[in-house]
Amino acid sequence: MTPLAPMPFPETSFALTLVLLLLAPVAIAGLALVNVGLGRSRSAAQSLLGTVVVISTAVIAFVLVGWGIASGSDRDFVILIAGKSWDWAGAGRLLGMGLENAPAREQLVLLFEVLSVALVAMIPWGSGADRLRLRAGTAIAAVLGVVVFPFAAHWTWSGWLAQLGANFSMGSGFVDGGGAGAIHLLGGLAALAVIWIAGPRKGKFPREGLSTAMPGHNVVYVLFGSLLALVGWLAWNMAGALLWLNAAASKLVVVAINTVLAAMAALLATLLVTRFRFGKPDASLCASGWLAGLVTSSACSAIVSPVAALFVGLVAGIFIPLLVELFELVLSIDDPSGAVSIHGAAGLWGLMAAGLFAPQSGQGIAQLQGVATLLGLMLPLIYGVFWLMDRVIAFRVDPDGERLGMDLHELGGNAYPEFVVHRDESYR
Amino acid sequence: MPAGFFLTISAIVLFSGAAQRTAFVLCGVAVEAMGLVVAVRGHMQLRSENR
Repeated sequence: MTPLAPMPFPETSFALTLVLLLLAPVAIAGLALVNVGLGRSRSAAQSLLGTVVVISTAVIAFVLVGWGIASGSDRDFVILIAGKSWDWAGAGRLLGMGLENAPAREQLVLLFEVLSVALVAMIPWGSGADRLRLRAGTAIAAVLGVVVFPFAAHWTWSGWLAQLGANFSMGSGFVDGGGAGAIHLLGGLAALAVIWIAGPRKGKFPREGLSTAMPGHNVVYVLFGSLLALVGWLAWNMAGALLWLNAAASKLVVVAINTVLAAMAALLATLLVTRFRFGKPDASLCASGWLAGLVTSSACSAIVSPVAALFVGLVAGIFIPLLVELFELVLSIDDPSGAVSIHGAAGLWGLMAAGLFAPQSGQGIAQLQGVATLLGLMLPLIYGVFWLMDRVIAFRVDPDGERLGMDLHELGGNAYPEFVVHRDESYR
Repeated sequence: MPAGFFLTISAIVLFSGAAQRTAFVLCGVAVEAMGLVVAVRGHMQLRSENR
């Protein structure tokens, strides 16, 4: 029933996918650098250490438990509704048992999903910068790795969403080769839940006047991290095309070109929008635009033409700076890393655009169903679980810790001990 | 928001025609969007009370 078992996977594809997956962690490193740069200097070490910790937690939790749900096989939990089978959950290996004897493709799928869950876990961590405690970030990562991501991954890549095409003649089913939905939209929704539960940084939204600007402490990190992310993203999208969409090796160059075009169109669009709105280009928003273009490419790069990929990136680049402003000034969402816009909104747009520009009829409605599932089912689930967790282990650091900075409070030392600490303008 | 999701699922199961299915899935997404707006407004209200 699932596309996993009968699919031929030649040795050349195995080798190529493995090499690509070994490059994919560069995207994680790039995003980690972006998150650090967008936070404050007094929380930089906690941010980067936290990234490593949440990644480790999520990956271990996923391999031990989540992989059982996420994996697809002919033993999956299937419900029959209206004469059609609905594959809701995998019944795979717990504790990673027997993995060494598993088929080569299954091992590659695990590696792809291990990297994916790491990325999902670090997205909300970036949004909780400067106030989210390390133990809270670790607990969030564990929940994402055990329950939330495995279901999303299973539905997207081998379960009922992937089978919408075969079961209900909806195009090729929900298509998400690079993980715009199962990774980025899911991570963006988790980030939104964390922001709502942890609340804004102290002084961000004063009683009177507009919100206080809290710019990132190192825009060089942000821009260099964005460049690094491109390398990882190219590998990620190509590996996803090979694994989930059965792309031929000759198709991979187009995937790469589409990825690059989407990112660069988004960057230039953001540059122009910020130049028009603020008189000068905004470097950190341009990096956000670039990343948003990459996120859209995760959904589109393997199934649309280069011109369509460029258009999708262009649109993302236009709406990202406006969304960042809207979220902060109108909706009081304090998102230091911009994850809700970059991963959430751009992921959503990418998935919808993949439906609009894909050649198969019915693809649009399949994409819409995927988005509706992640938004309508996953966001309430994530929010509910995080809300309960917050009752047990408070997400937010105490006011004294926030005043000191997360580095001193949680790690006992600053990332930049020789630097003069700035007077905090937000405490008025 | 979950109500919107179940509406989209129902649309897939109950309708075979593309137009009907699309219309009901769009309705489900609209219900989800309304739920999201309520959630956002609820948190904005909470935020302004806590300032």
